[in-house]
Amino acid sequence: MNLYTFLQNLINGLSLGSLYALIAIGYTMVYGILRLINFAHGDVFMMAVYFAFFLVTLGKVPWLISFVIAILAAALLGFTIDRVAYKPIRNAPRVSALITAIGVSFFLESFAVVVFSGIPRSFRNIYPKFLNNMLILGGHEEVKYGRNVIVGGLRIPIVSFVILIVTAIALVILWWIIYKTKIGMAMRAVSVDIPTTSLMGVNVDGVIGFTFALGSALAAIGGLLWATRYPQLWPYMGFMPGLKAFIAAVFGGIGSIQGAVVGGFLLGLTEIMLVGFFPKMAGYRDAFAFLILILILSVKPEGLLGKRSVVKV
Amino acid sequence: MRAMNEILKLDHVTMQFGGLTAVNDFNNHVREGEILGLIGPNGAGKTTVFNVVTGVYYPTKGKVLFNGLDITSLKPHHITHVGISRTFQNIRLFQDMTVLDNVMVAQHHEIATKDAEKYLVKIGKSKYGANSTWFWRSVFKLGYLRREKEMKDKALNILEKLGLRKLAAEKASSLPYGEQRLLEIARALATDAKLLLLDEPAAGMNPSESQQLVQLIKWIRDEFKVTIFIIEHDMKVVMGLCERILVMDYGVLIAEGTPDEIQENKKVIEAYLGEEWSHVAE
Amino acid sequence: MPMKLSNRTNFILTVALVFFVWLLLFFINGHMNTYMIRIVSLIGIYGVMAVSLTLINGITGIFSLGHSGFIALGAYTSALLTMSIHQKEVTFILDKVAWPFNSVQLPFLPATIIGGIVAAVFSFLIGWPSLRLSGDYLAIATLGFSEIIRILALNLRSITNGALGLKSIPQYTNVWWSWTWLLITVLFVGSLVNSSFGRALKAIREDRVAAASMGINIFKHQLLSFVIGGFFAGISGSLYAHWLTTIDPRTTSIGVMLTFNVLIMIVIGGLGSISGAIIGAGLFAILTEWLRFLEEPMKIFSFEFSGIAGLRMLVFSAMFVMVMIFWPRGIMGRKELTWNTLYSKLRRGSGESNE
Ligand SMILES: Nc1ncnc2c1ncn2[C@@H]1O[C@H](COP(=O)(O)OP(=O)(O)O)[C@@H](O)[C@H]1O
Ligand SMILES: [Mg+2]
Repeated sequence: MNLYTFLQNLINGLSLGSLYALIAIGYTMVYGILRLINFAHGDVFMMAVYFAFFLVTLGKVPWLISFVIAILAAALLGFTIDRVAYKPIRNAPRVSALITAIGVSFFLESFAVVVFSGIPRSFRNIYPKFLNNMLILGGHEEVKYGRNVIVGGLRIPIVSFVILIVTAIALVILWWIIYKTKIGMAMRAVSVDIPTTSLMGVNVDGVIGFTFALGSALAAIGGLLWATRYPQLWPYMGFMPGLKAFIAAVFGGIGSIQGAVVGGFLLGLTEIMLVGFFPKMAGYRDAFAFLILILILSVKPEGLLGKRSVVKV
Repeated sequence: MRAMNEILKLDHVTMQFGGLTAVNDFNNHVREGEILGLIGPNGAGKTTVFNVVTGVYYPTKGKVLFNGLDITSLKPHHITHVGISRTFQNIRLFQDMTVLDNVMVAQHHEIATKDAEKYLVKIGKSKYGANSTWFWRSVFKLGYLRREKEMKDKALNILEKLGLRKLAAEKASSLPYGEQRLLEIARALATDAKLLLLDEPAAGMNPSESQQLVQLIKWIRDEFKVTIFIIEHDMKVVMGLCERILVMDYGVLIAEGTPDEIQENKKVIEAYLGEEWSHVAE
Repeated sequence: MPMKLSNRTNFILTVALVFFVWLLLFFINGHMNTYMIRIVSLIGIYGVMAVSLTLINGITGIFSLGHSGFIALGAYTSALLTMSIHQKEVTFILDKVAWPFNSVQLPFLPATIIGGIVAAVFSFLIGWPSLRLSGDYLAIATLGFSEIIRILALNLRSITNGALGLKSIPQYTNVWWSWTWLLITVLFVGSLVNSSFGRALKAIREDRVAAASMGINIFKHQLLSFVIGGFFAGISGSLYAHWLTTIDPRTTSIGVMLTFNVLIMIVIGGLGSISGAIIGAGLFAILTEWLRFLEEPMKIFSFEFSGIAGLRMLVFSAMFVMVMIFWPRGIMGRKELTWNTLYSKLRRGSGESNE
């Protein structure tokens, strides 16, 4: 591996990592408050991409506006999922909530199969072409097959940079919401202690609903960027990225937003680097993430930045 | 050298949680056959002492000896195998199981695993030889039904003695509070413990119930030949029951003595800031 | 107070029931069409899957999401053992089939048992690290392991034939195999649950801290339950493979989707009840078949609707979520359908006023 390919992998790894981070934040925020693994989170990601797809293809809405609408729709979907499926069983045993979450995920996937059809679709014609162009640095020109082509050098799809920039902006906005607004303060309070917060007059259900909406919006941003990078749509597209983002959240320390971001970047980087260094292992890419998860859980279950919780007897 | 009658010894035990020292250099013992009380304000570290003894926590410093055997690093289930059993401050019954099953579960360790055997032999208690063949024997019912009947008889016997027999078929969760506390004691007895650790057994009981409890615990001590180490907030219970009392405050053992001595003790009265203490002095 | 039936009556009634079920199977096998016979076999297979997962999830309270991994292990192992050597040579076009599968062919029964053993060995290896984790983490770790197994099946082409999967597996599974295995599973798991070990497993489910302080080695008991559940999952995998005749490593085939399906069965039946698991399995098999009409072309008021793929699963998942919200205990809760409960119901029904 030379310097060029290393840099190339670095940027690709960071961009994949930022996608994981965007999705992981939703998991971690919900887990921080409800101690619930929201299995349906990855499917919200999928639904957002389909919304955008159909707005552009059927609705003939310009892509940028479609994307914004899709993000808002995802937020609404996240909010609705909480209201319809999770809120009624807030006080049930945690296993019930987990099973319900699996059911909701299953429902959204089946819904997508029925309404959008199980046949994969291409996202390629949805967003501007230039995003898939390669940025080429270095290398030298050669004449091949009667054409001038550039050989060697650093090739990075423009979309990788776009992903990094959009993620950065989204994270700044998130930071602003959580630390500078009233609702953000309420979210932080609820994640520490629900009963006390509700005694202080905070509308806890409202805060939880907002958390779902915010997490889903971030997942939608992640999903749209994902589809721009890997432009194939199908009803189960959210499953793997969702699971890996969850792994990233656990890696960084579930419940911690900084942890989700760090975990996301680390997972993305290691995954790309692994494939870069050992191309033969490419088939095992997904298995690798799970191995990391199991290692982390057995060595440091609270994750990199998480707090250890002890059961009091 | 340890005195012959020290069944449990806490040797300079310290337990820290992060920066918090919940138990600070606890150095005392329980004598065989006595009823020893442990009192102190909320958060003094009493339950933590029990948790250290029963292997829930590993102490930051110090050792725990049971009949001279170092049990500091044993897991909770091993602690039960050597002969210590406990009840919990916040009731921890197997809520969805019957009263009878709750008590029978406590005998499972006698047949369950090889490592129970190791400790059972060590204290000369193994009767059936706990080992892994019991698993197959219980699934294929090879000589198991007789064993099951013995367990059931023993459980019913204990329930009878604690006056819970008629509730044997009820779900644990359906019992009134006071009876749930009794069931926890029955369950602890069924493990064949030599030392019972009772964590606030009178909590939530009305005065007449707790008076009965005092009599019952004394009777249990004699009937089952056990030693009792009890944490209790109800001073009437403590004073009426215990032969010796230890007082903790902020993790430190501040006093030791007979009920009379403790009631006179200045440090103890200060620790309780009068309030709770006043109705004891009456 | 309802009078109880004696042990002897219980035993006789149970034998009579088994005898009756077998007569029924005999009738079904002789007089029904192939389609019906296949559904009845499938119910037996689902029953084994559901009862084995109930032991792990419902009785012991280990929230495992890795069941499809063990089913897949049993399925692949046994199918590779029963397929003829020639058939394997024809099927494996990506890579040559590896030893020992290139030189052995076994009858269905030993192949199934080996499939179960392989699944049990893997559940031991997977349980060892996973069972140290608590609750949700365990769910995710087991899910992760089952995904790893699927990914291995995708990549170890000389054993699994990669993405193409195994085809032309002999169609050995019939009502006799599937229901005999269901009977064995129920007897084994039922006997275990009704012993001191079963009590210990339930105690662990109810309160881990208290169970440990009753002298129960939680880790060993959970591992035991996990391995036995894994073994029967492997058995069900073998039955399933020889029912389907083709298997491949897609998520929607022997992947997480299958785990979710089995979870649906046991949740609808009542998490923690063996009889509930069987009822859930039967309902699932029958409803999925019955709902098949949803995916077929139909005519409503002279409007033609073409069939919509996936509608069954949509209905099912919606039902599943609704059961969780409105009826979380499912059909049986944690109760078992026993002769005694039936008997006291009957007694109450006849004469002795209601309640
Ligand atoms: N697992 C734990 N982690 C952190 N702090 C603990 C833990 N267990 C107990 N403590 C703390 O130790 C102190 C003593 O607690 P405890 O032994 O329960 O008191 P008591 O039983 O005397 O009321 C308390 O301040 C409590 O918060
Ligand atoms: Mg306490």
